[in-house]
Amino acid sequence: MATTKKYWKGIEELTNEPAVQELAKNEFPEEVPTADFLGDNQLANSSTSRRDFLKFMGFSTAAASLAACEAPVQKVIPYVVKPEEITPGVANYYASTYADGHDFASILVKTREGRPIKIETNKDAPINGAMNARVQASVLSLYDTGRAKFPTKAGEEVSWSAADADIVKRISEANAAGKQVVLLTGSTTSPTVRSLVAEMAAQFENTKHVSYDAISYSALLDAHGEAFGKRAIPSYHFDKGHVVVGIGADFLAEHLNFGYSRDYIKLRDPRAGKMSSHWQFESNLSITGANADHRVMIKPSEQGKVALALYNALAKKAGASTIGSVTTAYDEQVAAVANKLWAAQGKSIVMAGSNDLAVQKVLVGINQLLGNYGATMDMNQALQVKQGSDSDMGALLADMKSGKVGALIMSGVNPVYNHAAGSQFAEALAKVDLSVAISDRADETAQNAEYLLPANHYLESWADAEPVEGYYTLAQPAIQKLYSTRSLIENMLSWLGKGSSYDYLRGVWSSNILMAGLGNWNQSLHDGFYQLPSEGSMEAAPMLDVSADGRAIAQRKSEGFELELFAMANMGDGAEANNPWLLEMPDPITRTSWDNYLTVSRADAEEMGLVNENTSNGALNGSLVNVTVNGVTVENVPVMIQPGQAVGSAGLAFGFGRAAAGTAGNGVGVNAFPLYAGSQTSQTNVQIEKVEGVHEFACIQLAHTMMGRDIVKETTLEDFIKDPLSGNEPITFETHEGEKPASEVNLWEEFDKTTGHWWNLSMDLNNCIGCGACVVACQAENNVPVVGKDEIRRSRDMHWIRIDRYYSSDMTKAKAKEEEVGAIDMYASMEDPADAPEVVFQPVMCQHCNHAPCETVCPVGATAHSGEGLNHMAYNRCIGTRYCANNCPYKVRRFNWFNYPTYSKFTDVNPAQDEMGKMVLNPDVTVRARGVMEKCTMCLQRIQLGKLEAKREGRPVADGDFTVACAGACDTNAITFGDVNDKDSKVHALRDEPRQYYLLEEIGTKPSVFYQTKVRNKA
Amino acid sequence: MHYESPIREPLITGNKSYHDITTEVARPIETTAGRSWWIVFGISAAMFLWGMGCLAYTVGTGIGVWGLNRTVGWAWDITNFVWWVGIGHAGTLISAVLLLFRQKWRMSINRSAEAMTIFAVVQAGLFPVFHMGRVWNAYWVLPIPNNFGSLWVNFNSPLLWDVFAISTYLSVSLVFWYMGLIPDFAMIRDRAIKPMQKKIYTVLSFGWGGKAKHWQRFEELSLVLAGLATPLVLSVHTIVSFDFATSVIPGWHTTIFPPYFVAGAIFSGFAMVQTLLIIMRKVVKMEAYITIQHIELMNIVIMLTGSIVGIAYITELFMAWYSGVEYEQYAFLNRATGPYWWAYWSMMTCNVISPQLMWFKKLRTSIVFTFFLSIIVNIGMWFERFVIIVTSLHRDYLPSSWTMFSPTFVDIGIFIGTIGFFFVLFLLYARTFPVIAQAELKTILKSSGEEQKKHHHE
Repeated sequence: MATTKKYWKGIEELTNEPAVQELAKNEFPEEVPTADFLGDNQLANSSTSRRDFLKFMGFSTAAASLAACEAPVQKVIPYVVKPEEITPGVANYYASTYADGHDFASILVKTREGRPIKIETNKDAPINGAMNARVQASVLSLYDTGRAKFPTKAGEEVSWSAADADIVKRISEANAAGKQVVLLTGSTTSPTVRSLVAEMAAQFENTKHVSYDAISYSALLDAHGEAFGKRAIPSYHFDKGHVVVGIGADFLAEHLNFGYSRDYIKLRDPRAGKMSSHWQFESNLSITGANADHRVMIKPSEQGKVALALYNALAKKAGASTIGSVTTAYDEQVAAVANKLWAAQGKSIVMAGSNDLAVQKVLVGINQLLGNYGATMDMNQALQVKQGSDSDMGALLADMKSGKVGALIMSGVNPVYNHAAGSQFAEALAKVDLSVAISDRADETAQNAEYLLPANHYLESWADAEPVEGYYTLAQPAIQKLYSTRSLIENMLSWLGKGSSYDYLRGVWSSNILMAGLGNWNQSLHDGFYQLPSEGSMEAAPMLDVSADGRAIAQRKSEGFELELFAMANMGDGAEANNPWLLEMPDPITRTSWDNYLTVSRADAEEMGLVNENTSNGALNGSLVNVTVNGVTVENVPVMIQPGQAVGSAGLAFGFGRAAAGTAGNGVGVNAFPLYAGSQTSQTNVQIEKVEGVHEFACIQLAHTMMGRDIVKETTLEDFIKDPLSGNEPITFETHEGEKPASEVNLWEEFDKTTGHWWNLSMDLNNCIGCGACVVACQAENNVPVVGKDEIRRSRDMHWIRIDRYYSSDMTKAKAKEEEVGAIDMYASMEDPADAPEVVFQPVMCQHCNHAPCETVCPVGATAHSGEGLNHMAYNRCIGTRYCANNCPYKVRRFNWFNYPTYSKFTDVNPAQDEMGKMVLNPDVTVRARGVMEKCTMCLQRIQLGKLEAKREGRPVADGDFTVACAGACDTNAITFGDVNDKDSKVHALRDEPRQYYLLEEIGTKPSVFYQTKVRNKA
Repeated sequence: MHYESPIREPLITGNKSYHDITTEVARPIETTAGRSWWIVFGISAAMFLWGMGCLAYTVGTGIGVWGLNRTVGWAWDITNFVWWVGIGHAGTLISAVLLLFRQKWRMSINRSAEAMTIFAVVQAGLFPVFHMGRVWNAYWVLPIPNNFGSLWVNFNSPLLWDVFAISTYLSVSLVFWYMGLIPDFAMIRDRAIKPMQKKIYTVLSFGWGGKAKHWQRFEELSLVLAGLATPLVLSVHTIVSFDFATSVIPGWHTTIFPPYFVAGAIFSGFAMVQTLLIIMRKVVKMEAYITIQHIELMNIVIMLTGSIVGIAYITELFMAWYSGVEYEQYAFLNRATGPYWWAYWSMMTCNVISPQLMWFKKLRTSIVFTFFLSIIVNIGMWFERFVIIVTSLHRDYLPSSWTMFSPTFVDIGIFIGTIGFFFVLFLLYARTFPVIAQAELKTILKSSGEEQKKHHHE
């Protein structure tokens, strides 16, 4: 069959001719001209041997096949020459300054391989300012891809040289034409900028410098200007203020933003046997109010009356004349405060948040009556961080409208967004011949200006500041400029034809600040600050006559519904509105992120039919209202029912509702600045009109009370002095061996923890003011992803540390027993916070239980205990059953529901998805992939580094060698980290304090984190 | 003299002969499927595909597509898991325990009950696997030698015990079920006329020849496997309950869970058997074999286990009060009066109150009522697991973390998908497997009954 078939190539093969037989012997039927080829002499001379040919062929085959499988290309560029200071893997720290006109802080910038990745407190600086969440988060703004990257003129790209030439020419023209040349900046305390302004004024005689604060302190400055002949704010010394009274002043957080919590807390240590007495009169529940010993809810318009009543009460005691007669509903409290204050003359501080000149003058009067100036309030070395003047700004706007302004250079300000008359400002900008915005992005103002000159981030610039008279700080670049940008100093130097910013700044310092022999540039740069020796005290100013102001206040009437505008701990004035860390940081009071809202009291909400409701997955929804003040309406403002809000008033935060902040921040919340008429935070005659629709909040705490549980233990100073264990009575169990303390009842065999390290954290609830800086610090240190509003709404926040906030309830177990209320009704009414609640804050992170419920349940052993008392999480081993999170009594475990570093839902919010944003990631910490559990590691990377350094130096680890990120960010020393096995450590001493307790000790988890009871001074 | 019990009803009605049994059991296999079968199969397959799509979406995107959150880390996934495992309990109980107790009435229903068990366990097994954040590493729960270093599973974890419990249960049930099928497959083989069919059933019947030795081994193995399977009936749900009982969460941390879960599992398993068999007996015309008597007996089991479950619920409430632990007390108050009160009271109504109606003979012998109640019980038992898992988790120790859970379309889709998958398997089974253990059943056919006597007199 098939196998027997044979095919022939030709008839010759079939006949098997001899020629065919001959050919079959040859490999090729025709002769190959090998001789010609090999006989080529050139080939013999070629340097390419056959061996080489095979090599090349082998190489090209290998290369081609390698190129065919596309390997991921990682852009790693090695150093060609190693910079002297940089060792890969070792962080460098540079002292610098954060001063954006809103916040001030002396900082250390941590850089890795030339990238700033973390902001730390400069602990050596005598004046630190506020290490708040915004300062912590500011490093992320450096890598914001929303930043302007090149100069533009009318929206078109332009070269720096062309821009400079045109700007200088047109400034000269404007100056020559007799028109004003105005430099509009935020409050700047920079000696270099002052010097440059002077030089500019010398060159262009019509130069004017206007300072503008988005949130104005003009009245406070003017009142002191009138009283002391010096327009400045006194330096407050809260470490000497034994009686502190705040009237609408959120001084622990957002009033002046100068870190007063640091000093305030020094007098709040109950172990001293006494504590300062803190009274707060306010309408919105602020962080300061939440921490006050006594909080009195007043309407915004009553701030003046309370101040006046207090003035009169004190004047009576001082034998001075009282002003008019004013009565408030709070006379009883005012009298009590007056008594307290009078007993603490020269040891008290009375502060008001109002930007009403009359109120601030009465406050000057109060503090003068109490003799606080020169004692707790220092006008000699006054605070300079706020300089904005409402009248200058008003005059500028008028001049702009009437065409008197020839050139307007704006730096670091955004009045189109954050001035009450922002839209007018935008229109007036068109009438200015030359408008230049030096701004980090094409913000609302820059979009209306002719030129946008992109500004440096502060971490890219040379700068300086004098926040307090005689105290100078330096800011140095921690990274090469990322884009083609220039700072205000660099721009002015260019226009004035001067040299580099470094040379100029150094020149200013050596000639004006570091006077011969007293200071040293290199030392100052290393330290980040230079302090002049203090000069003699200022002469006492005569009593300010406030009678006219007092009478004006007495005649005011509370009209209609009122509104108190305020700033929140996360967003402040809104300059960093595109910072995802800040957007995601929950407000410490409402615990809501990604929003601002109108806070109203329960009673008002009921009257107006406004509701807050939870959807089926718990997410909070709220009614929407239109808020109208003086004919200006802000539409669709979400409503948050806020315990502690004074009835008849509402609160609304600044800093949100940006239209041109960037992809993350645009359209988040509503803009409250249009309601800021006359730069007054208190507004009367507010119309609130309910509108259709509901707003979806991203609130991470949906239950607001402790439900009668012993979670935050607290006592009063009086009781604490009598019995240091008060409020912290030991928990005991009845056992067959009699009553035993909970710590001794144990189901498990104890590990031996007496040798080696045993890292512990102490959380002092008396020191924690709830500011939330630690939340952002932890996020930065540990590469915690940002998950965005929708995920937060689904209760999927990823923060490793959270600050629980609880309100007191009117219902207690004791009350239920007394009134014979049943358990069901008792718990139901316990869920409702009191209308005037007491507030507690409690930072909670992984408690690093030594008998950890999470560790036993993991089927693959992905979470295990270390020999140093830490609960470890092996991400690589985790398969994501979430059993550990379910079994965690503290609910501190966080699951990667999605692949946050790649999934498209998080592109706009998670910095890890951004080419630039990625640079902020801490290379010492893994970026977690989806499907794994994560949680606080107690900054394991820092512990390892600290141990290695000590080992290299051949010494034991010393207490305070290193600390965890949250503790490092805490201005109030609420968090103490250390080794309890080190008998000399602070944390060891704290563990033996009578106030010490473990959270949920009765479950027997034996945590490595413990708390200290909160003590209130109710006397 | 021949003695006949005057009380015991015959287990097979309709004067069946041996041959009748053979033909009637073989009929669904030998005939083509009717239109109604295709419609039901089509619906089930569509549900199954939808579920598979939802699973694929979950695996492709992340567990975040479910409604879970930082506080409620398990919800529908583990609820469905426990529910399906519970359903899977009746089969083994009927085939193993009732075999040991010589309850002959099991013979009509054990085949289908066991099939249901296996199919339900398959559904159950999907959830612990796919609820993992990194399902591609699911094999890490198996104690297999590996090159990851000295990594080993954590034998302290109840989740690991689950792995062993479920896999053991599935394999023993499968072997027991298959072993019982061998003589019946041989019967189909012997009747088969289509070559393909004959080939398949030849392979499936393992060369069964019906010799006395075969029967002897069959009987012995049945007993051995029944002995092996009986403790599993108790152990599987006991171990599943350990997932909760060994934890520290109020509402989970309860020593009553093992017996309570086992009773609940039998309760729900019998309910599911009722649901399936009431339909099946009608569709494949098995009314003569699965009689009202069977249904009534199963209803009595439902009533008994339902009462045990009810006592367990009340005991939990008592213990919460008696313990004096405020977290525990609140957990139970919250179940009954908190935001998930509707789930709790659905559970109470369906599982505690409704089975008590079975005290009425009229009701427990009513097919319509039984079918309705079996559905109610299954709903109730789903809610029981939901109540235990979600209402315990959503409000535990620290109120700051309290939140709620709401399922997404994916949660619902996957659950629907498993129901579809279950019915796909069951429908395929009903057309390809002998749905009644006919070989065994023939041993209880009354050959000296009235009919024979009638024949005798003629």
